[in-house]
Amino acid sequence: MALADALVAAGSRQSRRVATTTLLVAFLVAASLVGLGVGQFPIAPSRVIAILGQAITDPAAPLAVDARILLLVRLPRLVLAILAGAGLAICGGALQCVFRNPLVAPQILGISPGAAFGGALAIFLGISGVGLLGLSFACGLGALVLVGWIARIDGRTETVTVLLGGLVVGSLFSALVSLIQFVADPNGSLPAIVYWLMGSFASATWEQAGLAAPGLVTGSSVLLALRFRLNILSLDENEARSLGAHPERERWLVFGLVAIVVASSVAVSGIIGWVGLIIPHISRLIVGPDQRVALPVTALIGASFLVVTDTIARTATTAEIPLGVLTAIVGAPIFALLLRRHFREREA
Amino acid sequence: MKITPMKIALNRAGMRFGSRWIFRGLDLAVEHGATLAILGPNGRGKTTALHAILGFLPLTEGERTAPNRLGYVPQLLTIPAPHALREMVVMGRCARVGLFGQPSPEDYRAADAAIERVGIRHLAGEPFARLSGGERQMGLIARALATGSDVLVLDEPASALDLGNQGRLLYLLNDLRQAREMTILFTTHDPNHALAAADDALLMMKNEAALSGPVDTIMSEANLTRLYGVAMRQFAIPDQQGQAMPVIVPMHARHSGEKR
Repeated sequence: MALADALVAAGSRQSRRVATTTLLVAFLVAASLVGLGVGQFPIAPSRVIAILGQAITDPAAPLAVDARILLLVRLPRLVLAILAGAGLAICGGALQCVFRNPLVAPQILGISPGAAFGGALAIFLGISGVGLLGLSFACGLGALVLVGWIARIDGRTETVTVLLGGLVVGSLFSALVSLIQFVADPNGSLPAIVYWLMGSFASATWEQAGLAAPGLVTGSSVLLALRFRLNILSLDENEARSLGAHPERERWLVFGLVAIVVASSVAVSGIIGWVGLIIPHISRLIVGPDQRVALPVTALIGASFLVVTDTIARTATTAEIPLGVLTAIVGAPIFALLLRRHFREREA
Repeated sequence: MKITPMKIALNRAGMRFGSRWIFRGLDLAVEHGATLAILGPNGRGKTTALHAILGFLPLTEGERTAPNRLGYVPQLLTIPAPHALREMVVMGRCARVGLFGQPSPEDYRAADAAIERVGIRHLAGEPFARLSGGERQMGLIARALATGSDVLVLDEPASALDLGNQGRLLYLLNDLRQAREMTILFTTHDPNHALAAADDALLMMKNEAALSGPVDTIMSEANLTRLYGVAMRQFAIPDQQGQAMPVIVPMHARHSGEKR
């Protein structure tokens, strides 16, 4: 009887998961179609689908004006928003597992400030494109290596020393970013640096998407493949070890993958905060703590979240609102609510 | 052909944290299929010895003999996983699933068999964190069984349990012991738990070598009095079948001489 009940419960949970996933995919597709259509030059949804269909079936055909706007301006931007949203959210979910702490986000490891410093330095030096990506990537990874060096004491790395190391390195790179802003030319590179740091997909092109996509896709896919192991890494370290995991080694694998995703995203769109912090929470509220389900759902919600906020960012006002500012304005209240809920549940 | 099952041993083992030796010169050996209870006062290094056997900590000196994988049942103090019991137990299959893999139906069959073995099948779908202490302890044992290891190492499995759950736990451990398929090590604060479920006992004495031997000879009044620094008395009382059953009790404070 009890077993039958458990099986029924498991069955309904399974079908609920399928329904949730289908709904989320449908929402992402709908949000993408709307996002491609709206803007200063509105394109009807049927026309959006027609243009996309033609681009696939007959890529060599000459493009009309609306098709050019859609395929060369809005589509690369949409692709970047989907990849960065999914990637940043996955990173947050993975880090929250390995730190066994739901309040951890990619910023915490100092990777974002490191990558931001690299990017700001590149803009200051007049470097763009691959050079900017490379420099922000190198500084993001450099920040991570520095955190690792600080946190590794007597051949062991405790999560708390990693958090503290991330705090120290993050503050250091933030200060260095301020220093660059201080010395930058107020009529030249300073506005570019400030605007870039606020986070935006406004400058998205296929070239930029091509730069960021390999890192975003590789990092996210490998993290997704690790999702069962992430469940185990969220256990006590000795328990995880006794079950056959190598917590120390595998944690650094996760950190490295997060660095690849975050640095790629920062390089093309500046710092877009809050996605990695709140999206994994929302996902856990919907489907529970099992990362085998929660991580793919996190990716879907993260992608939808950035597609929707980016659409709002570029259409709400005539001048574009920086995306990073918008995600913070939306993210902070959501996070405050989640925090209150989290501690209320703990007491209960 | 089955590979000859390995025995578990520490040979002249010592563990030092900073400048403080937790223990030194510790000898310990458990033959395949036997059960060893480790007793000692707080801070004598029981848990550290278990962690050394499990390979969590490298020995400062001495040698360790143990198979690659041991089933480990941690103390109940650790934060319970939020996952459903069945999902928690299937994590025991981690080593077989691999870094990038997902548990297969076969892994779930192993998990279900382990849950069945410890007798909590009716709880399979419940969130682990919402189970009672006794049920969680059984769940952790199921996870250790699901690993497929023929060794079970339990860190104070009874200390957070009420008397009824202690009874169920000891019954299960004794059952596993009598099947002689698994090597079992557990630490405990209660000598009667060693008498109930172990073949041998290891007493971690103060300032002298640890004593070890079969429970019915090593667990003497004199040894245990010395071990805990409190007078202990041993009795034999008839059990439910009228057989003589040894019990060991400490001579604690009592209400002597109080007037009604």
